[in-house]
This record gives sequence, structure tokens and C-alpha cells, in this order.
Amino acid sequence: MTSANDRTAGTGWRAGLRPLVLAALIALCAGCATNGGGDPRDPAEGFNRAMYAFNEGFDRAIGKPVATAYRDVLPDPVRDVVRNFFANIADLFIGVNNLLQGKPLDAATDWTRFAINTLLGVFGIFDFASEMGLEKHDEDFGQTFGRWGLPDGAYLVWPFVGSSSVRDTAGLILDFNLDPVVAHRPKGVRSFMVVTRALGKRADLLDAGRILEEAALDKYVFQRDAYLQRRRNQVYDGAPPRAESEAPREVSAQRGVPHSALRLIEEPAFHDAATASPHGG
Amino acid sequence: MLPLIARVAAVAALAACCLAAPALANDMAPDLLVKNVTLEVMDIIRSDKDIQAGERKKVISLIEAKVLPHFNFNAMTAGAVARHWEKATPEQRARLIEEFRTLLVRTYASSIAAYKDQKFDFRPLRAKPTDTDLTVTVRVMQSGAQPVQLEYDMEKRPGGWKVWDVRVAGISLVANYRTEFDNQVREAGIEGLIKTLRTKNQSLERATVAGAERK
Repeated sequence: MTSANDRTAGTGWRAGLRPLVLAALIALCAGCATNGGGDPRDPAEGFNRAMYAFNEGFDRAIGKPVATAYRDVLPDPVRDVVRNFFANIADLFIGVNNLLQGKPLDAATDWTRFAINTLLGVFGIFDFASEMGLEKHDEDFGQTFGRWGLPDGAYLVWPFVGSSSVRDTAGLILDFNLDPVVAHRPKGVRSFMVVTRALGKRADLLDAGRILEEAALDKYVFQRDAYLQRRRNQVYDGAPPRAESEAPREVSAQRGVPHSALRLIEEPAFHDAATASPHGG
Repeated sequence: MLPLIARVAAVAALAACCLAAPALANDMAPDLLVKNVTLEVMDIIRSDKDIQAGERKKVISLIEAKVLPHFNFNAMTAGAVARHWEKATPEQRARLIEEFRTLLVRTYASSIAAYKDQKFDFRPLRAKPTDTDLTVTVRVMQSGAQPVQLEYDMEKRPGGWKVWDVRVAGISLVANYRTEFDNQVREAGIEGLIKTLRTKNQSLERATVAGAERK
């Protein structure tokens, strides 16, 4: 009975997916045709922009409205419980990744967190470990590969997943295959958990999405650059070396510029310049 | 004899105080400056009824009064416009700064609203007393997630310490605008970039007004 239900549910879900897959394929072809070539970090920009547009459409139609409802219906403490529950499960493989990155002490912290939050925090729904000073980390296989010296490779955008790179896609495949939530059976419970987790994550990003909407001139470019900067920061656990990247050269050039600029627009006059008509100064 | 010395000492002390007072405000340690401004602004945001009711205009004027004086928008704009800055005329630069400033203030207002319920962890400054260029780090603590790191790149200037870049979770604001600005300038020149920024700001302004009217 349940298996029959699962099957019908599965077919229904797959049937629902078919137009989306079709849309993705059409978008893919359209994307390839318009590939203009610009940023060396983003050779597949045409494809990526098409995927981005598809994700935007999906998010506008389903992701954002459902996440907004989730946030509006459930009070903060309930959403904290959901977030903590999945964050606790994630700590297991965060520990594995820390070990693979040669940080056994961090790995020990992650597993201690898991033990404390699972036992005292009632299957992870309370994050007592953080309150005890055991700080949460954020690791995944993409970061581990980065730590091992693998470069990002081309920037990529995948349907539903969003921003990624060649390296992070490889990491993501491992993350996914080892994900205890995805491995959970029965499938009905698994699907419920996967959807709830995704929903919670999307709800947590509602503010960020609004800020992105306001801040960006070209959302695609803004999000891509932010992703690449953030991943680099994550690989180096918040302290990326400045000498190695492209940024410092530009930063130093940029640091030279303001001073010459300041001679032209002196600071006290800047407010006047800002309010005066363009020809006033 | 003694009263005279005492009087001279008193005058000297008074003079020193008068001289030191403005100097103190300018010389406030950068980490302390960030902490004071953050806590003060957060306090107002949490307690102000109009802001709680969603009045964006008030958040924006709060930021303009409390936060803006500590930012070096010339440096931020120059950093984001990067190699095209040299090509811009002084008048174009002034307009770029103004439009970029308006955009950043709005973004900042939205970010602050999102962070208002969080706890802050002000990290000890790792710099020598002689440093004139350093980074102040604040971490935003959140349940079930790694803290978000805010880094303020600051430079000591005649008017005190000024922020010239903000990094959120490692994402530099200035660097993130660089590609966007570069694309705009290559497509439509400096004027094109100014126009895009102005159009963006105007549409945000309209959205704010529309939002206020809905209430």
C-alpha cells in the first residue's frame, strides 16, 4: 500500500518535473547560443546565465513564496529547532572534512558538538554546544579539495543548486552521496526532510535575497563574484592569504587611487559636492 | 610661589584638556569606534518605535548621522571604479561618489534590519599601535550556523579612522562592485555607469515611498 502510494507520488513528482527539465534544456541551448565570452573565471557564462534565469523563475514561482510562508507561519524558536536539527547532522561530515584538511582539533570539536547536541540537545534541536563555547564550523568537500590545492575551475550554475564551480561540483557530488539525510529511509521521510531542510535554508536567505536585489546592478555578476569571494574565504577558514590572489594587486592599486582622488575632491567638500548640482563645483 | 605654580599647572591642564578633547574623538581606537557605533545604532534600531514599524527613511537618516562620518566614500568609490577612476573627471567622480553612497546606505539599512536580533562578538584588535591601516573584525553570532564575520578595513586619516572597505563573510563590498562597474563602463562609459546607478537609486527610492504609502 505504502509502496504503491510512493510509486504514484513518485510518478506525479516526476511528471511535475518534466516541464522543468524541458525548460532547463531549452534554456541551456539558448544559453550556449548567446555565450559571449568575457570574464576568464566564467567561460560558460551563456549557459550559467540561462541556468540562473531558470533558477530565478523557479524561485519566484515556488521557492520564495513557500519560504516566505514557512517563515511567516512558524515562530522563530520552531525554525531554530529545524535549523539546529539539520546543522547537528551536518556536523558529522564537517568533522570528517576538517580531519581531511589536517585539522584534527577542529574535527574533535565538531564531533564533540555532535555528541553534546544529540544527547543533551535532544537529537540536535538545541545547540547547547555553541553556548558552551564549542563553535560551529562550516566545511564541505569542495572546501577540502580547495585546501588540497585544487583551484575553483570554471564558475558554474546548476538548476536548483545555484552557484558552483567545477571543483565545488565535484565536492557537491560527494557531499550529496554521503549526506545522512539523503541516505535516510523510508523515502517518504527522506523527501520530507530534504524539502524541509531546503525550505529552512531558503527562508534563512530571504533577507539576503532582498539585500542582493537592492544592492546589485547585475544580479548574476554580483552573485557570481560574491560566491567566488566567499568560497575562497571558506577554503582558508576566514583568513585567505592576500598575496596569492588577484585582489591585492588591485587593492594596492586601488589604495593608491583614493589619495590622488582625495586631492581632487577634498573630504570636507565632498558633502557639498554630493548635494550641489553637477556644475556647481 | 606655590599658588602661581598651581595656577600655571591648572591653566596648562585646562589647555591640555581643551586640546585633547577633539583629538580624543579623532584618535579613538578603531576597534572601539566600530564597537561604539555598532552598539549605539543597534540600540536605537531596537528601541525606536518608528523603525520597528518599518520606517526605512528613519533608518537611512540614522545611518547618515551615525555611520557615514566614519566611511571614506571617496576611497570606496575609487576602489570600485578601479582602473576607470583615472579617466573620470572630478565632476564625474563627485557624481559617482554620491550615487554609490546612496546605494550603499540603502543596502546598509537593509542589512542592519536583518541583523537586529543577533549578538555581536567584537574581536580584539590585532595591530601595532603605530599601524595606520588595519582591519577591525566583528562576528555576528547565530544559532545553528557558523558566525558571520564582518571585517572593516580602516585607514587612519586626519579626521580619524575611516572605513574604506567592508567584508561580509569574506565578500569585499568594493571588490564585488568592481566587475559590475567595469562591465557598465565598458558598455556605456563612465556616464553610462552613473546613469545606471542613478536609475537604480531612483527605483529603490520609489519602492521605499510605495512601501511607506502601503502602510
